Amino acid sequence: MSFFDVLGIAGSAMNAQMVRMNTISSNLANTGVAASSAEEAYKAKRPVFRTVYDHASETYRAGVTVDSIGTSGKPNDRRFEPGNPMADEQGYIYVSNVNSIEEMVDMTIASRAYQSNVEAINTAKKLVLNTLKLGQ
Amino acid sequence: MPLLQNPFGIHERALTLRDMRSTILAANMANADTPNYKARDIDFRSLMQGTANAQMMQSTDRQHMQTSFGAAGGNLMYRVPTSPSLDGNTVEADTEQTHYADNAMRIQATLTFLNSRIKGIRTALRGE
Repeated sequence: MSFFDVLGIAGSAMNAQMVRMNTISSNLANTGVAASSAEEAYKAKRPVFRTVYDHASETYRAGVTVDSIGTSGKPNDRRFEPGNPMADEQGYIYVSNVNSIEEMVDMTIASRAYQSNVEAINTAKKLVLNTLKLGQ
Repeated sequence: MPLLQNPFGIHERALTLRDMRSTILAANMANADTPNYKARDIDFRSLMQGTANAQMMQSTDRQHMQTSFGAAGGNLMYRVPTSPSLDGNTVEADTEQTHYADNAMRIQATLTFLNSRIKGIRTALRGE
């Protein structure tokens, strides 16, 4: 019965979305971190999802996994703050390239996706239970 | 007695197909944020008509391969997106959720039909 496959598929998606939310939390936490050079400065991380097909299965099974966690290529801003202990010789500090608005929007999308997978599991669970009670 | 020869009628096949479709739709929802994933679905009506008219292949020998009519049999189609996204993903979460809910409702209907069929047979057998 492939109702049980729904649990596996939606579970894999919940796992992937959870990784995404953790990444967003890391990005938000590191928004204000300063560094002495553009290379050392924090760069926003983004998970890249990939579909996992189960070709051995009789039904169509396509779960999700986190393929890799990429870093944003956006250049880090520098600020003139000679008083900052992290400042370089010219008096500049390099801040993270995290855009907190983008992160918040991404967080909302991730949480919506997580919820819809939870709903899918709940519905599948109800149907499995009703099928088991068939004829009673 | 036709009722007891094939007690569940088309509902058995319908439930199998609906069950298969729920997996496909769940996979679509799971891959809502996967780049280049294409949303899939089956045409329930044509599968139902095809299986309703054609005789299923009988396996008369242990070595016969089981025919799987389902997703593996090439019945999967691609959904045409109303607004394609830049990352090549064609899943539209709302569409998939609606289809999933619709499918779940129809599974529930099939289960209700099966339940009343079983109850009817039971009543007939008891002769009360």
